[in-house]
Amino acid sequence: MAIPTDTLPKQEVKLSKEEIQRYSRHLIMPEVGLEGQLKLKRARVLLIGTGGLGAPLGLYLAAAGVGHLGLVDFDVVDFSNLQRQVTFSTGDVGKHKTEAAKERLSGLNPTIEIETFETRLTSENALELFRDFDIIVDGTDNFPTRFLVNDACVLLGKPNVYGSIFRFEGQATVFGYPGGPCYRCLYPEPPPPGLVPSCAEGGVLGVLPGIVGSIQAMETIKLILGTGEPLVGRLLLFDALAMRFRELKLRRNPACPMCGDHRTITKLIDYEEFCGIRGEEAPPMTDGIPEISAKDLKARQDRGDDVFILDVREPHEYQICNLNGKLIPLGELPRRVNELDSSREMVVHCRSGKRSADAIQFLQKAGFKKLLNLKGGVLAWADEVDPSMPKY
Amino acid sequence: MAVKVLIPTPLRQFTGKQASIECSATTVGEALGSLTGSFAELRKHLYTDEGKIRSFVNVYLNDEDIRFLEKENTRTKDGDTISIVPSIAGGAD
Repeated sequence: MAIPTDTLPKQEVKLSKEEIQRYSRHLIMPEVGLEGQLKLKRARVLLIGTGGLGAPLGLYLAAAGVGHLGLVDFDVVDFSNLQRQVTFSTGDVGKHKTEAAKERLSGLNPTIEIETFETRLTSENALELFRDFDIIVDGTDNFPTRFLVNDACVLLGKPNVYGSIFRFEGQATVFGYPGGPCYRCLYPEPPPPGLVPSCAEGGVLGVLPGIVGSIQAMETIKLILGTGEPLVGRLLLFDALAMRFRELKLRRNPACPMCGDHRTITKLIDYEEFCGIRGEEAPPMTDGIPEISAKDLKARQDRGDDVFILDVREPHEYQICNLNGKLIPLGELPRRVNELDSSREMVVHCRSGKRSADAIQFLQKAGFKKLLNLKGGVLAWADEVDPSMPKY
Repeated sequence: MAVKVLIPTPLRQFTGKQASIECSATTVGEALGSLTGSFAELRKHLYTDEGKIRSFVNVYLNDEDIRFLEKENTRTKDGDTISIVPSIAGGAD
């Protein structure tokens, strides 16, 4: 198989004396050597997302001397990022991620070029952004963008170094390699919104993106060097709790609408529509669900109204902060519904209002009528009523 | 035939937190049927209302995708491992 970067015109690049010293541990390995190091210097790699996966990716690719790195992200650094996004310092909170990452990576290796794109990746800009790069690395956090990255890579014939994580589990592979499968061969369709939680909803152990992002960095460097066996046609699964790596076979699906024998998708589409959502996360299904604001709930409690509060979060979330409600996690609601009194008025809440909306839909079907969803959950309570309450 | 079904993290909440389930089955479909029989809430995450395996859930017998074998009719043998591999998207957030 051809190595993608080998097909590029070879610009005249040399290593300075300082660079030779910097990369000496690469240069003394025959698998890299001077020739490999020059390949790295000529390479142009685009990182989609500078968050959890993007952190080790950016650090290792910059340190390794990838000559041109592009960073795409629209987000700003938040306190809750620091638990895993090791590119950022506490002082970076509030800064644009691309800007903070560029500062850190330039400090690490001032000999490389770093180009930042402070924008959301869209069907309108993806092809133009990707065109100037050899390899695209997908470190995003949502299904629409993953399908978009895949399709743009297949259309342009560029490899897509894929990694994704959830709680304690990670997946990695290389899609879009000549003759290899693409993301749609593995997952022809996205899950319906709400069925698969994001890291923001499900949590993630901070080290996990460090491991999966490092695997992506390794695969990116191997693709550039043309060394070893690329992670093509194999899906690497990592279970951090069991500390076990497994490998599954991935095949190109001849009927794949994107990379199959008869391509039916010939241009980028509306990926949010394809994934059944609008906006970054699925909006809560609030149709027909009566709501109460945090302020109004507080006013009613202050008035002495007898309002029963049902908290449908998990016990470990209840420990962080709570409204003294009865705790029945959403997943246990079906078998514990008999603990609730349907004659009493009930305010149901979770962290942000989504799970409680699901709980209300369930309770409505079970015959409960006096139900109110706490709009915005405990987050809204912290914002509107009690600023001393911690947010998570 | 004793087979082991590996449950991925997102679905363990429906299996009483168990990471793997042993069952007796002669086909992949039978094993999944036995699994969703024991854990009813798992069913809607694996199957559509029409009873087909959801397209974003991949099922592997050992390291082979059953879509490239005989799908749910793929025969199992003693000691086989069935993996459920759902799509996950986290990474940057």
